[in-house]
Amino acid sequence: MRHQQLPASAEVVRRVQETADIFTLQLRLDDPSDPSLLTIQPGQFNMLGVFGVGEVPISFKALTNDHDGTPLLEHTIRAVGRVTRALSALKPGDRIGVRGPFGHGWPLAEAQAKDVCVITGGLGCAPAVSVVEHLFVNRSAFGRIHIIQGVRHSDDLIWRTQYEAWARKPDTEVQLAADSAAPDWPWFSGRVTELIKRLSLQPERTRVYCCGPEPMMRASAEQLITQGVNEDAIWLSLERNMQCATGHCGHCQFGADFICRDGPVFNYPHIRDRLGLKGV
Amino acid sequence: MGIPDSGDSMEPADFLPRHRLQSLLDHLLQQGFEILAPQLRDGAILFRPTQHVDQLPRGVTQQQAPGHYRLQQGDSPRCFSWANGPQAIKPLTFTPQETLWRSELQADGSLRFHEAPVVTRATAVIGVRGCDLAALALQDRHFLERIEDPLYRQRRDSLLLIAVDCSHPADTCFCASTGDGPEAQTGFDLALTELAEGYRVRAGSVRGEGIMRALPLVASDAALRQEAIEQARRARQQQRALPDFDPAALIQQGEHPAWDKVADACLSCGNCTSVCPSCFCHSEAEAPTLDGQQSEHQRQWDSCFSEGHSYIHGLHVRPDTRSRYKQWLTHKFGSWVEQYGRSGCTGCGRCISWCPVGIDPLQVLRELGEEVK
Ligand SMILES: Cc1cc2nc3c(=O)[nH]c(=O)nc-3n(C[C@H](O)[C@H](O)[C@H](O)COP(=O)(O)OP(=O)(O)OC[C@H]3O[C@@H](n4cnc5c(N)ncnc54)[C@H](O)[C@@H]3O)c2cc1C
Ligand code: SF4
Ligand code: SF4
Ligand code: FES
Repeated sequence: MRHQQLPASAEVVRRVQETADIFTLQLRLDDPSDPSLLTIQPGQFNMLGVFGVGEVPISFKALTNDHDGTPLLEHTIRAVGRVTRALSALKPGDRIGVRGPFGHGWPLAEAQAKDVCVITGGLGCAPAVSVVEHLFVNRSAFGRIHIIQGVRHSDDLIWRTQYEAWARKPDTEVQLAADSAAPDWPWFSGRVTELIKRLSLQPERTRVYCCGPEPMMRASAEQLITQGVNEDAIWLSLERNMQCATGHCGHCQFGADFICRDGPVFNYPHIRDRLGLKGV
Repeated sequence: MGIPDSGDSMEPADFLPRHRLQSLLDHLLQQGFEILAPQLRDGAILFRPTQHVDQLPRGVTQQQAPGHYRLQQGDSPRCFSWANGPQAIKPLTFTPQETLWRSELQADGSLRFHEAPVVTRATAVIGVRGCDLAALALQDRHFLERIEDPLYRQRRDSLLLIAVDCSHPADTCFCASTGDGPEAQTGFDLALTELAEGYRVRAGSVRGEGIMRALPLVASDAALRQEAIEQARRARQQQRALPDFDPAALIQQGEHPAWDKVADACLSCGNCTSVCPSCFCHSEAEAPTLDGQQSEHQRQWDSCFSEGHSYIHGLHVRPDTRSRYKQWLTHKFGSWVEQYGRSGCTGCGRCISWCPVGIDPLQVLRELGEEVK
């Protein structure tokens, strides 16, 4: 049995370039008999480690199967710095270390038979993609699905075709917003909060999963509450510097919570008073 | 039968005359323990491997004040007449740097991960203070509850703790007000009260009871008991005390001018965090070998005062000294209460003595409590 805090070796079986700096890695565990990594849920994350370089927290995107039925872990990553660039340079056949799963994901069991509204801001919000994919895989378990994504510029949107495909599904509402947009942008130009105002929500039966910059999540939550959504029905995913992922190193401290261990997904009332405080 | 013995022999044997202190060390050595005890090193009191009572800081007293720590040599036969040195036992359980695991590149390109072996020896520490036992209890909760840190666990299990009640708190100490000292309260195997003629001994665990049975103890008489009571009373009269404040409110006090004042003085050097017995922050880094075949994943102490501590890509959550000092104080005295049911401060006063500019967090807490004009 692998020690809980020891990484497992995984092989990169496919690498998909999504945009200039965003890519997806499909990983096959060298030892697939170790089930713990495959229990990962939407909203949880793994520490991905490049040999000799370092580790970074990366959200779980999807669990798929190889043609022979071997489970594959998918992570979508934006190359921004030292470790993520090293991850970006990996080729099929290369190995990485995977530690996880860590944290608490979205409370999906609690959302059974409810409408789910997924609100994301920024580039390639993988924690949200994993939950949307989960909703469609288990479509009958949920009511209406609202997908709202805001980006700074329309060119920042990744998976545009994916959003268009989701928009064609029954009982699904997709709304995209760009603060500033190229001429061919068919969606809304403006802030996500403006979009929320136009949603056809049934507030009392809606669960909200939100992920993106903190000011945007806060504004979205407050807007939803004004529209009648219960604050207990709103969940946010937070981000901080992470190194251990086990609640020991202190880097991800957010007031009294360790985001790696007590989050990254939190119920809005639990963090409301700290959200937006400078330096917390 | 039925007739009680004379009063004195009813008293339990609990006094170790000073000239027999070596018997404690001899017993521990004979039981296979390595002994760490206070010694004088480079003008400070540090815990070092010790075999003989002659190595203890006999007659040494100290003076501490904000930004100030000095030792003085006197002629008292006492060995524990000081409050605390820059470090006590934190490095023994949460080491300043260690390897968490090793990775090894295999010929087929796969990676092998190995646990890093911890080499521990049964170690007896003599001279642990109440404040540091309380801090150790906090570290135990941090590293052993919820997700257990296996390296901490192994180091922790190797320790036998022999406390000495603090008879000479420094002017920077305030453990009486945090409730963690000056006498050792819990978490020790054996505790000593150093008196003029020797040591009163009490056990805090089954192992401690075993050691007591092996020592040439005599019964302490009424005079010794009275001396101990008097000494404890004097030790509790400390210069500093924790002011009244609401832990939960600290984090909301972001705009108070007290933060600006302390930020002007603070150097963000992190000394306060490295001497604090309860601080646990650390960072992790990869150290590959030159041949590129192996790499060690290491951790080392870090501080919420360091530049990179709150860095996330493109953003420092706490970019300036003001926000870092605020993080330190609101965590230590505020969020800690939510996390562990008590404040992270055990009143040892080290952060006051070892701050190069003499910042006193109690003063900052007092100012935060004052109305803003
Ligand atoms: C819970 C969680 C889930 C995440 N999921 C994803 C994801 O699915 N896809 C993705 O592209 N990115 C994700 N991130 C962000 C990703 O972890 C950072 O972009 C990455 O750590 C940057 O590392 P670097 O070494 O390449 O960058 P550098 O800028 O060189 O960073 C140096 C160090 O800073 C820390 N750091 C920097 N940025 C972040 C950050 N945003 N969050 C936490 N630590 C950071 C790390 O310790 C890193 O090693 C997630 C972050 C968190 C906390
Ligand atoms: S905060 Fe200061 S006084 Fe309190 S335990 Fe830490 S170092 Fe000691
Ligand atoms: S309070 Fe003092 S010791 Fe702590 S970081 Fe500031 S200057 Fe350094
Ligand atoms: S990442 Fe270390 S405490 Fe959360």
